[in-house]
Amino acid sequence: MNPNETMSIFSRHLAARFDALILKYPLKRSALIPMLLYAQDEIGYLSDSVVAEVAERIGITELEVHNVASYYSMLRFKPVGRFNVQVCTNIVCMLRGAYSVYESFQEELGIGHKGVTADGVFSLEEVECIGACCWAPAIQVNYEFHDELTAGHVPGIVAGYRGRALAEGSDHHA
Amino acid sequence: MPRLVSHPDEVKIVTRRFGMGAEKIDRYLELGGYESAKKCLAQGSDWIINEMKASNLRGRGGAGFPTGLKWSFVPKQSAKPKYILVNGDESEPGTCKDHLIFLHDPHAVIEGTIIAGLAVGAKMGFIYLRGEYRYLLEIMEKAVADAYAKGFLGKNIFGSDTEFQIVTQTGAGAYEVGEESALMESLEGKRGIPRIRPPFPAVVGLYGGPTVINNAETIASVPHVIEMGAAAYSAAGSPRNGGTRLFCISGHVARPGVYELPMGYNLKKMIYEVAGGIRGGRKLKAVVPGGSSTPVLLPEEIESLGMDFDQVGKAGSMLGSGGVVVIDDQTCIVEFALRTISFYQHESCGWCIPCREGTDWLKKSLTRFHAGFGVAKDIDNIQYLAENMMGRTFCPLGDAAAMPTIGFVKKFRKEFEDHLNGKPCPFAKHVELAVV
Repeated sequence: MNPNETMSIFSRHLAARFDALILKYPLKRSALIPMLLYAQDEIGYLSDSVVAEVAERIGITELEVHNVASYYSMLRFKPVGRFNVQVCTNIVCMLRGAYSVYESFQEELGIGHKGVTADGVFSLEEVECIGACCWAPAIQVNYEFHDELTAGHVPGIVAGYRGRALAEGSDHHA
Repeated sequence: MPRLVSHPDEVKIVTRRFGMGAEKIDRYLELGGYESAKKCLAQGSDWIINEMKASNLRGRGGAGFPTGLKWSFVPKQSAKPKYILVNGDESEPGTCKDHLIFLHDPHAVIEGTIIAGLAVGAKMGFIYLRGEYRYLLEIMEKAVADAYAKGFLGKNIFGSDTEFQIVTQTGAGAYEVGEESALMESLEGKRGIPRIRPPFPAVVGLYGGPTVINNAETIASVPHVIEMGAAAYSAAGSPRNGGTRLFCISGHVARPGVYELPMGYNLKKMIYEVAGGIRGGRKLKAVVPGGSSTPVLLPEEIESLGMDFDQVGKAGSMLGSGGVVVIDDQTCIVEFALRTISFYQHESCGWCIPCREGTDWLKKSLTRFHAGFGVAKDIDNIQYLAENMMGRTFCPLGDAAAMPTIGFVKKFRKEFEDHLNGKPCPFAKHVELAVV
């Protein structure tokens, strides 16, 4: 019996995806970073049980998974809000008003850098360049881009995601 | 959604299919797609490499190494499998061109990868996008699946007995992984730290096999080189700088955007005519010509500057990744220098001490200096510290942090001096930056 099918902490769909992912590469270990990203997308963060199962699937130790995962800024060991607002303040976004966009999110959400709102719907992060310089200032909410922003756009963006959180209910994680 | 722009001076080669629905394979085929790959399959390795050499196509990632020459370094015979690695880990601040290539013309990347594989005898290619580009990965994945379904990828590409497989994936947020050797480490499921060279990737690369690593824009240019012919492609650019470049003009211009212009196009014209000049009727203060790691240029230095690798190099900076960052006269250069070094401090992988410690001390010094607590000798110290990082690390990140810092201090010394004597910067809005 394949233990992954019966013991997996991931959905059946994701577990099947991981079985296929490992076979795509000449070496199993190459699947590590994509696997951690997809696991995080489903579970919300790299919990101890995520690390343990990924380590087992790849055939490396949990320590090795930690060692690699801790290097990458998008991988996290703590939960964030369902909608993680990432405001780029790197040079080009800064030149075009990113800090006022960032401050507006701080006010609107009542949280600072790496903060999570009490209801768990939002978290906020100041991030480095996200590759949208010609459409600056830009942000990402989870993987969605919003560009050519001003502080005035912020309440509408927050309201839009708040509405989505209500519509999706409380049992779904970003 | 990233806005497309256009200007009459543009020469649309790589962007020719942008906005035309070419992400759909049938549309790509209608627009002449995959004909170059078929031609290369018929012509063979030596012909392809000679065409690439004659095209004067140079690496679009920043170093400007001639693509054909790079491909020719891969040994014909190899005990280990050879690989093509497409670097779409676009993360140099100021750069967003690969973003549009993946969005509008994913099959050009696939076709270029196949051609690179045919040139060096590789059977497998990897397309690695930055982690933030998840929506673009989904577009690439769909395109790859469609190419498999048509038989353009797989065991017998285009009905031949040649095999070529493509795997796509993203990173997970690390500027350093855009460096070729760190990219290979990341693809092998490790921390993205650089490898010492030699051996170079063309001899010992991914999984220890000979590997060609090219920027996504370079690879997307390849089918066009074949289609137009090397001579015509080369002629579109300037001497020894073949073709066009996707210039990402950003910052304080009226019409920022990604414009495809011939290599050697005048920088002043690029800012004032193509991108509509400085917004709000302000004056130009400085230009960072090729992404945040390239030394800043003053308005008088851009008058007759042609944007190709050789001319920008001669002017004391670099063409880099094509990110032209335009800065107006209401900007504090010390704050700009601080934000630049904060990025490199955040992204230093920590492997080499001069980079790890150097970026940290530069950030600390500049933070204090910008807040109005600097002392006179800080200015020389910042320059001295940066100069001593140069050339002392495994990979170019140390240089990438040091070069712009030296440029800011040298060219804007007066502005640094104005920050002294406890005088806070007239433009200062942010004393301490939150990114740590």
